[in-house]
Amino acid sequence: MSSIILITIISLSLIALISAVILYFVAQKFKIVEDPRIDEVQAILPAANCGGCGFAGCRNMAEAIVKATTLEGLYCPVGGAKVMNSAAKILGREAPVTDPRVAVLLCNGTPENRPRTSRYNGASDCRISNNLYIGESDCSYGCLGNGDCVRACAFDAIHMDPTTNLPVIIDDKCVYCGACVKACPRNIIELRKKAKKDKKIYVACSNCDKGGPARKACNAACIGCGKCFKVCEFGAITIEKNLAYIDAIKCTFCRKCVEECPTGAIRELNFPPRKPKVEVQNEAVN
Amino acid sequence: MLKTFPSGGIHPPENKLTSNIPIGYLPVPGNVVIPVSQHIGAPATVIVNKGDYVKTGQLIATGNGFVSSNTHSSVSGKVSKIDTIFDTTGYKQPAVFIDVEGDEWIGTIDRSSNIAREITLSPDEIKKRCFESGIVGLGGATFPSHVKLSVPEGKKCDILIINGVECEPFLTSDHRLMLEKGEEILIGISILMKALKVGRAKIGIENNKPDAIDHLTKLAAGFEGITIHPLKLKYPQGAEKQLIKALINREVPSGHLPLDVGAVVHNVGTAYAVYEAVQKNKPLFERVVTVTGKSLSKPCNYVVRIGTPIGRLIEAAGGMPGDTGKIVSGGPMMGKAVSNLDVPVVKGTSGIVVFSENESERKEPGPCIRCSKCIGVCPLNLQPFLLMKLAELGMFERAEKEKITDCMECGCCSYTCPANRPLLDYIRLGKATVIKLARQRNLK
Repeated sequence: MSSIILITIISLSLIALISAVILYFVAQKFKIVEDPRIDEVQAILPAANCGGCGFAGCRNMAEAIVKATTLEGLYCPVGGAKVMNSAAKILGREAPVTDPRVAVLLCNGTPENRPRTSRYNGASDCRISNNLYIGESDCSYGCLGNGDCVRACAFDAIHMDPTTNLPVIIDDKCVYCGACVKACPRNIIELRKKAKKDKKIYVACSNCDKGGPARKACNAACIGCGKCFKVCEFGAITIEKNLAYIDAIKCTFCRKCVEECPTGAIRELNFPPRKPKVEVQNEAVN
Repeated sequence: MLKTFPSGGIHPPENKLTSNIPIGYLPVPGNVVIPVSQHIGAPATVIVNKGDYVKTGQLIATGNGFVSSNTHSSVSGKVSKIDTIFDTTGYKQPAVFIDVEGDEWIGTIDRSSNIAREITLSPDEIKKRCFESGIVGLGGATFPSHVKLSVPEGKKCDILIINGVECEPFLTSDHRLMLEKGEEILIGISILMKALKVGRAKIGIENNKPDAIDHLTKLAAGFEGITIHPLKLKYPQGAEKQLIKALINREVPSGHLPLDVGAVVHNVGTAYAVYEAVQKNKPLFERVVTVTGKSLSKPCNYVVRIGTPIGRLIEAAGGMPGDTGKIVSGGPMMGKAVSNLDVPVVKGTSGIVVFSENESERKEPGPCIRCSKCIGVCPLNLQPFLLMKLAELGMFERAEKEKITDCMECGCCSYTCPANRPLLDYIRLGKATVIKLARQRNLK
């Protein structure tokens, strides 16, 4: 009895010893030398693995940062400049300055603006309804309202507004990772440069149809009339395919285009209330 | 024991409300909208201009290339504009708008009612005539018929299969056509046989149409090589691959065409259109449409000019019921809901089905309980629950390996799911994406 136990112990120990020796030499032979700074950089990154930087995860981003000769083009939207600066410090380099941005929905198709002409009762998924048909309104460009962007957002920055049936983006929570931009089958979410006090002026429409059909489908549609283009002194507005676009970098927030727009497609957000200029003038004339 | 295909399939309530109602003629509407792309393949090119006067049956758009089809005017009148129209999907499509003035047919059409039995054209002439007359598969897929009649070199066709199954609930257009135009259909089949150079044809008809089976069996005695085969009731028996399996017990492999097993399938409606095109020189500009629904006061079968807005059909069937929830163009299983009553009838429109609010309601989906009913009913032996999940999660490469592109979107899985899961919704999305990805890959 005892001999069996003894033999077992000895044979197992022998196997273990031989395996250990083999493993040791194999480990020496196939050793992977990895830059220790990759681990350091990864520790700084937010570990959200959102893919906002364009890499599959934070580890890949860390590898890319360490490998890269310049940090130009590499940016972690979640951690922002702070994380990039400390990553640059580890590598002894300078981080380039990147403007923060924010996701903006280029559609204002609320039920009042855009009458519902049909009802969709299929699976609640924008990709499906986009493949299937035009959507609940007559606009083939606008928001479908099934919330693919909400599900794509890993930072709880988007939620659906039940009264307008449009997604609402919370600027403070948005880290401009771009997940919603990729998720939207109609490509109506744009990452725009973030301005002071979250001020925004943008064309809240994506309809490329001519004026008539666009206006028929939605009261707040951009009809491509070009009034904003003429009034803009800074060349910030371009019109392509019957749709105006305001360049967020050139825009100086003068708000002249907002006043000029006949359909109200240009939205201004987070501005202080306007001075009642028109009324004052009228009184002066009287 | 009646023949059928072996695996999967369902038997939804038949609801053939209009099977005893003879085919009527819908009056020519005041204006028509004729989309130029009513078929699978390259869209046709418009050859008329605004303001032109066109006659009924005149060519208004020519097919581009081999897999394409001609489009003819279905009315006589003035072309008011060439613009876009919302099709069934709600997206825009180029179309020719015509204001009707009288009903003047082009002179080459033989409008006499006597049946022309003698087939004078040669096989090549038949193919040419089919292309010129804009004949496409009238079962719903609208694949250009001349393509199916052209057997490529190296392949052999030994049997023609005629689809008189009409397995979709509600629809009766093929049923009525078989009863009323039986002889013409059989001549059409003889023409198709001549074009394909085959000696035999089998017509498959589901057993819920005993009158059509009897009628055609009697008539077929006078035609060589044509036999009628009653089939067991099972949806989707009208699908090409399922019908081939049921009738001649040959299995079309995944990713292959019926021609690879030596068979060509045509619909009875197509056979009738071929008869008219070849014997009467009449292009395809009208078709039989079933207008039906439990809530309609006068469900009926109509011969309708292509381009008639479907609103007109519903008016003719007794007007739109107040509680309408959904209008489906095509059959209730594979048809598409329309978002607009101005959508025109096209070559592939076999029926218009009106559902009440109650009937069209979709129940709240629950979690998958792994009952595997969807696998059991899938006629193609796919795993719908898995394909749905893969499409939902965006795992399209895996979905491709699981043969998502084999799915013919028959809807058996969604129909049978006890948890009301939107299986087909997601599978359709996955299939479309996989096809798109494969196309991009091939381009590289």
